[in-house]
Amino acid sequence: MDFKTALFYILSAILVIAALRVVTARNPVHAVLFLVLAFFNASGLWLLLQAEFLAIALIAVYVGSVMVLFLFVVMMLDINLERLRQGFWGNLWLGGPIAVLMVVEMVAVLSARSFGPEALPVPAAPAAGYSNTKALGTAIYTDYVYPFELASVILLVALIAAVVLNLRQRRDNKQLNPAEQIAIQRKDRVRIVSMPSEKE
Amino acid sequence: MEQLVLQFFQWFWNLFGLWDALWAVVKPVWPLVWVIMKIVAILVPLMLSVAYLTFWERKIIGWMQVRIGPNRVGPWGLLQPIADGMKLFFKEVLVPTGANRGLFFVGPVMAIAPALAAWAVVPFFDGGALADIDAGLFYVLAMTSMGIYGVIIAGWASNSKYPFLGAMRASAQMVSYEIAMGMALVCVLMISNSLNLSDIVRAQGRGWFADQGAGFLSWNWIPLLPMFVVYFISGVAETNRAPFDVVEGESEIVAGHMVEFSGMAFAMFFLAEYANMILVATLTSVLFLGGWLSPVGFLPDGFHWLALKISFFLFLFLWFRATFPRYRYDQIMRLGWKVFVPLTLVWIVVIGTWMMSPWNIFK
Repeated sequence: MDFKTALFYILSAILVIAALRVVTARNPVHAVLFLVLAFFNASGLWLLLQAEFLAIALIAVYVGSVMVLFLFVVMMLDINLERLRQGFWGNLWLGGPIAVLMVVEMVAVLSARSFGPEALPVPAAPAAGYSNTKALGTAIYTDYVYPFELASVILLVALIAAVVLNLRQRRDNKQLNPAEQIAIQRKDRVRIVSMPSEKE
Repeated sequence: MEQLVLQFFQWFWNLFGLWDALWAVVKPVWPLVWVIMKIVAILVPLMLSVAYLTFWERKIIGWMQVRIGPNRVGPWGLLQPIADGMKLFFKEVLVPTGANRGLFFVGPVMAIAPALAAWAVVPFFDGGALADIDAGLFYVLAMTSMGIYGVIIAGWASNSKYPFLGAMRASAQMVSYEIAMGMALVCVLMISNSLNLSDIVRAQGRGWFADQGAGFLSWNWIPLLPMFVVYFISGVAETNRAPFDVVEGESEIVAGHMVEFSGMAFAMFFLAEYANMILVATLTSVLFLGGWLSPVGFLPDGFHWLALKISFFLFLFLWFRATFPRYRYDQIMRLGWKVFVPLTLVWIVVIGTWMMSPWNIFK
């Protein structure tokens, strides 16, 4: 077993354990942190496949931003696990068969002749000076430019929808207008009154 | 370099006649040993710089406020950081009763690990990077975005109100400024046509001005002047330094996420903050001020130029802290989202149009 294979097994083992702990951890914050660990190890696996751009993108986007906001929300929630578990046996008749179906489907696809490891050609070793990032950029912005733009528009719609759904004006909110604050003049705030001195 | 080091070791151990026996053991793992030696050669000077940056900070802020600053320990107070380090080292690490014990110690580790890991791709001179990888810039961005976990985990695991408020502020602020930072970097990679930090520096050494011997006019800071400013200010905000230090705002939430930490656990946060400051200063120098390149043609390039540029930006960090009052929280968010993000978006379009026009100078 060479170094790369050993590394693959270490990363995969941690990935599987972390993913299991995501669903079994009692504390939701621990679960989120295990998910971060799972992402990290998945990115390590992608690095082993020489997909360095995707691997670093996974860390920058998911670990660096998405999971931070996730953690932010989960930390503020007061989650009662007992209440969450109440419906477990009631929903099992639906959840159980779906889980079994998904496992069967995955086994069927991954072991099929058309998609098994033997069916796919071994990718050629990249030439020296081959840049993953450049290849990806060229593919996205030339061959797949329409699907790419379409995906961006869908994301934009989702983004605007999220903002619109949450945009509520609060009446008791004391809003500041920085432009107004900067433009303030002395005469707006101070009134100089000339008063004759008074004598008793 | 590798040959020189090997020759030195051979000479040294041959004094005792042990070289052949030693080399038989070390040879199979020599690449690993060599990488570890390079890591040590980066981290030891970095840690020393952190120690003396704290000293320099106290001295400079002292002078700016017409004080003397530390001057008791050693000549001119030069041993002050060593004394501080010893004090922190021997202090007891307290754990609050209600704290989440495991995560309480993961917090400081998560703060310092990315701050050190990001140094792997920084080029100190031509060919002088630990890992000269293609996606270097992106790697740095990913690593700096990890630093936030230290703050959040520490704040949550302390099980205390002020640290938690600090963690909440940190997560919002650091995510916001990361966006402006990333967008500013998009401009840099557009005009250098590479994500490799060494290539970005080399691209700055080309151009009409560089041929005339005035290299500093060919650097990225002129065509990308707004991005240069945005990147550095976002860097200040990203490291939670004054005037963006609401995360630890002493007057409101004592010290934010660090309230419950003492001894070396606290020192880890301190080291991470200063290592991040040096990292931001280094990256600004590499991306916008030509890294190791000499500003004028008749002087040789080299690490000393990078060190000089880093020192300048670190001085700016300290100068900001001595000059500006702390921003209000809504002002921080406004600056990040309503000023920097639109500015960077516009500048990406400007640079793109410029590169497609006949006046393209970036080739």
